[in-house]
Amino acid sequence: MRKVAIVGTGHTPFTFATEKTSIELFSEAAMDAIIEANLRPKDIQALYLGNGLGDFSEGQAMLQSYAANDIGAFHIPATRFEGACASSSLAIRDAFIWVASGYYDVVLAGGVERAASMGTSMATRTFAMFTDSHYEYPAGLTFPAIFAMLAHLYAERYGVRLEKLKEQMALVSVQSHYYGMFNPKAQFRKEITVDDVLNGFMVSSPLQLLDCCPFSDGAAAVVLVSEERAKEITDKPVYITGIGQASSGKLSAQKDYLPRLRAREESAKQAYDMAGIGPGDIDVCELHDCFSIASLIAAESLGFFEFGKSGEAWEKGETKIGGKIPINVSGGLKAKGHPIGATGASQVTEIYHQLRAECGERQVEGAKIGLTDTLGGDGVLCTLIMQKGW
Amino acid sequence: MEYKLTFKDYANALTKGKLIGLKCKDCGNITVPPKMTCQECGGTDLDIVELGKRGKIVTFTVVNVAPEGRQNEVPYIIVLVKLDEGPWIMGNLSDIDPARASMDLIDKEVKLGFRVFPGDKYSPGDQARPVFSFV
Repeated sequence: MRKVAIVGTGHTPFTFATEKTSIELFSEAAMDAIIEANLRPKDIQALYLGNGLGDFSEGQAMLQSYAANDIGAFHIPATRFEGACASSSLAIRDAFIWVASGYYDVVLAGGVERAASMGTSMATRTFAMFTDSHYEYPAGLTFPAIFAMLAHLYAERYGVRLEKLKEQMALVSVQSHYYGMFNPKAQFRKEITVDDVLNGFMVSSPLQLLDCCPFSDGAAAVVLVSEERAKEITDKPVYITGIGQASSGKLSAQKDYLPRLRAREESAKQAYDMAGIGPGDIDVCELHDCFSIASLIAAESLGFFEFGKSGEAWEKGETKIGGKIPINVSGGLKAKGHPIGATGASQVTEIYHQLRAECGERQVEGAKIGLTDTLGGDGVLCTLIMQKGW
Repeated sequence: MEYKLTFKDYANALTKGKLIGLKCKDCGNITVPPKMTCQECGGTDLDIVELGKRGKIVTFTVVNVAPEGRQNEVPYIIVLVKLDEGPWIMGNLSDIDPARASMDLIDKEVKLGFRVFPGDKYSPGDQARPVFSFV
């Protein structure tokens, strides 16, 4: 298997509803990635495009072919990846595998979504398509409801008083908003307080408005190339050194393992084993904080903290820059935004720039190894580990 | 391989007041709602069994933001219930004002009934789902 590097990235601003089409958004990110890689669209051999709900947000399926054509990468094989909120991480993982195998030398991967354009009511409905449509949706299951139930379960399982847990969850959102101020691509660039979170509208108990990430529009893309091509393009390649992906069944079938998600732990183990490293080696992490409680659960399953103790880590500042493991210094899904099909590629873009020391006021000094964790629904997990290549 | 118990047959039984699932002849565990293989061991040698409809609440939430078309249902409670036979199952909770739902609900004993979601433009027709009430 060959080494695979990321040599270019593109990232539109993540925003409230935009008038740009999904194709237009993706093309903007894609062209930026191609230009940053000193390549031209005709150099791209394949496109792997993550998108969850284009069919519903604008009646547009088969985006991948139109996107390839739009950027002038004529007639290349183009494939859509649908893994709910993890769609573009899956696209990048597969792009890695095909370049590593030697089949392609240059692949463009990324994703796009117009979740904000749907409005809250329709977005809540279509996101709920990432539940079991015959069994869970009839009960009115929504995404906040899934993580709300995990929050109550977390409090019960680990013996954390709900009031205490809610304060710890609020700190997750407060930290993400703080770092979001330093990310020019972020949807929210304003500080919030614990009181702001605890006084917010109750979306699905115990999750209040600021425990939840927003609906967002946006796109992100990365160019993956073989080691040989990377050396021609840049003296600062970022290598993908570990990949993982796993799945699981509907929420109730995961039963006693909850609030942990087994798929996350399977996926992370694959990535750590492949890279030959462990959680202690990670310098910077972007994890899937679709809800504040989701961050606590993810940080534990990725091996950064003991089960039931993540909240204390946020309290102690261990997740800030300068702490044990800086988490979501991009602002995370919470402040940066969560255009679901683009989220994984956005996380990878952040790690790429962190390892290249290009993140300005939110830079984690000396970061050499980074990890992304992306969750789709409650049953798709993808983990990617990247390392500085110089 | 033909499905031993389809979702349609499971849901039809629910509307007649019966909860049916699959018992694995290899490991003895119960799978409900039905699927092709045992949820625990992946075994395919399964018997259709009627379950007791009793269990305990393991977690809950009160939903205040509804999906499109279901705004008139909020607030409503969703629960995960551990059935006496072992499996967990999702449904709604009646019997309590959502405003009074608290952590005290956890471990409360409940029995299973049903209600029918009439479906929307995206749904494959109407769907029966469990609705729990206190024992």
